[in-house]
Amino acid sequence: METILSLKDLTKKYGALTAVDSLSFTIEKGNVYGILGPNGSGKSTTLGMVLNVVNKTSGEFAWFGGNTETHEALKKVGAIIEHPNFYPYMTAVQNLALVCKIKDVPSDKIEEKLEIVNLLDRKDSKFKTFSLGMKQRLAIASALLNDPEILILDEPTNGLDPQGIHQIREIIRKIAAGGTTILLASHLLDEVEKVCSHVVIIRNGKKLYSGPVDAINASHGFFELQAKNMQLLQELLIAHPGIENVSEKENVVTAILKEPMDAETINEYLFEKGLSLSYLVKRKESLEEQFLELTKQTSSA
Amino acid sequence: MLRLLEIEYHKLRYSRSAKILVLTYFILITFIALIASIEFNLGAINFRVADQGIFNFPYIWHFNSYIAALLKLFLAIVIVSMMSNEYTNRTLKQNLIDGLSKKEFIASKFLTVTVFSLISTLFLFVVSLILGLSFSDFTEVSIIFSDMEYMIAYFVKLTGFFAFCMFLGILIKRSAFALGFLFIWWILESIVYGVLKWKIFRDSEIADNIARFFPLESMSNLIKEPFSRLSAVQTAATQVGSEIEKDYGIHWYQLIIVIIWTAIFVFLSYKLLKKRDL
Repeated sequence: METILSLKDLTKKYGALTAVDSLSFTIEKGNVYGILGPNGSGKSTTLGMVLNVVNKTSGEFAWFGGNTETHEALKKVGAIIEHPNFYPYMTAVQNLALVCKIKDVPSDKIEEKLEIVNLLDRKDSKFKTFSLGMKQRLAIASALLNDPEILILDEPTNGLDPQGIHQIREIIRKIAAGGTTILLASHLLDEVEKVCSHVVIIRNGKKLYSGPVDAINASHGFFELQAKNMQLLQELLIAHPGIENVSEKENVVTAILKEPMDAETINEYLFEKGLSLSYLVKRKESLEEQFLELTKQTSSA
Repeated sequence: MLRLLEIEYHKLRYSRSAKILVLTYFILITFIALIASIEFNLGAINFRVADQGIFNFPYIWHFNSYIAALLKLFLAIVIVSMMSNEYTNRTLKQNLIDGLSKKEFIASKFLTVTVFSLISTLFLFVVSLILGLSFSDFTEVSIIFSDMEYMIAYFVKLTGFFAFCMFLGILIKRSAFALGFLFIWWILESIVYGVLKWKIFRDSEIADNIARFFPLESMSNLIKEPFSRLSAVQTAATQVGSEIEKDYGIHWYQLIIVIIWTAIFVFLSYKLLKKRDL
């Protein structure tokens, strides 16, 4: 697989404070990555370093195998950082034309990209007249101008209203579906869960985990069940060897699995014992539950 | 190089305040011509400035380059704000992320500064030529094109001054404060000169010799005031019994000092930008 970006022991110190602490991970082509971490965990600093705006203290990073200079490599990258930064006195089209000049790409794709982010009707309005959501969408259009190898988004939905958040997510999903590699930094877990296939979790500048989203912990998921006879349901579930833990909450029984098991298997098992279910669903822990689990593990360790 | 200039031109052409200031600057340069129409009618004495020889070749090169250089503050505002706005709009950060290197960023700004100086010099050349051809008593080609070193000095002076403005814009990041600092710097130079002249090296040339290495002083030294060179003033001085003896020429070492300052300011701007986290 083609490596787009690799970090090796990347470190940033601000005086005594270590914002990013020997961070190493690789970004492969074609995946959607999430960098996850609470506010102030070093996400933006990490992106700042690979994007040439923050000087690293030590360590290495390499774009596209490390054969090009960072600023040349960045021409093949599309990136937006927390706040969309454009020239307030220029219109959307004028701002994008400037980005084309900087990136050394022809400016014939401006309208097409404005179409993707639904800004075509405002293309001749000055940037300073835009709402935050529109500014953010313009930033995405600008990041797409060079048909980037990788799209880097740092907190793209920060400060937006629900409608704006939804629009941005739809756009990201569309771009991801087109096969573009994406690196998304966020503290919003469901955001990452909805769009990412891989995740890097950092806290206090240290890496806690990196890998596929569904392999964060070795959990096999859980069942949620309901039946007329809740008493019997619980007893039967406790007796099953493949189930680790059973609990009841608001008339729904939750059974956490010890080993992989299909919903059919448990259904057949209960039916044989003479109990028919009125409700059965198999679920995986959400990223939020897994994330909390993971951070708990490390803080107790 | 053309790409860098294009980028900077794109940034400036849509900025209304930059356009107004640049336009004002060039219009004001043409207003030098208006001096020609100044007339005094004091009873019987009819005094017309244009007749005093200020538009005579080659003196006009000296006079116009001195007067036009006073207007450089208009362009200085444009230059300071084109640097510091990149910080306040945080577009510098975006430029770097989009793939402009820090070196290219400084290069694009300095190239623009140079182009500004060049255009201003050419413009002044044309204006002076027209004025001279209309009012000068001598219009022989050899006289017209003598003393051209004033044009070179004008170009070097402007470039040096604008490089200083560019550095201040990056250093201070806020246009108003950067311009304020420019003013403070100018006062500081005068104070240091005063202290040297009247306290430390009394009655000697040493203070002047040191002061001509100061950045602003070295720039203003390039083209000295032309008024005392006017024949009317000269005659007046002789009548009072004092002889004005001044070296109005431009010397290569003065040019070198300003060019070195220019290089220092560009280099410092780059170092500063490289060191900073954005």
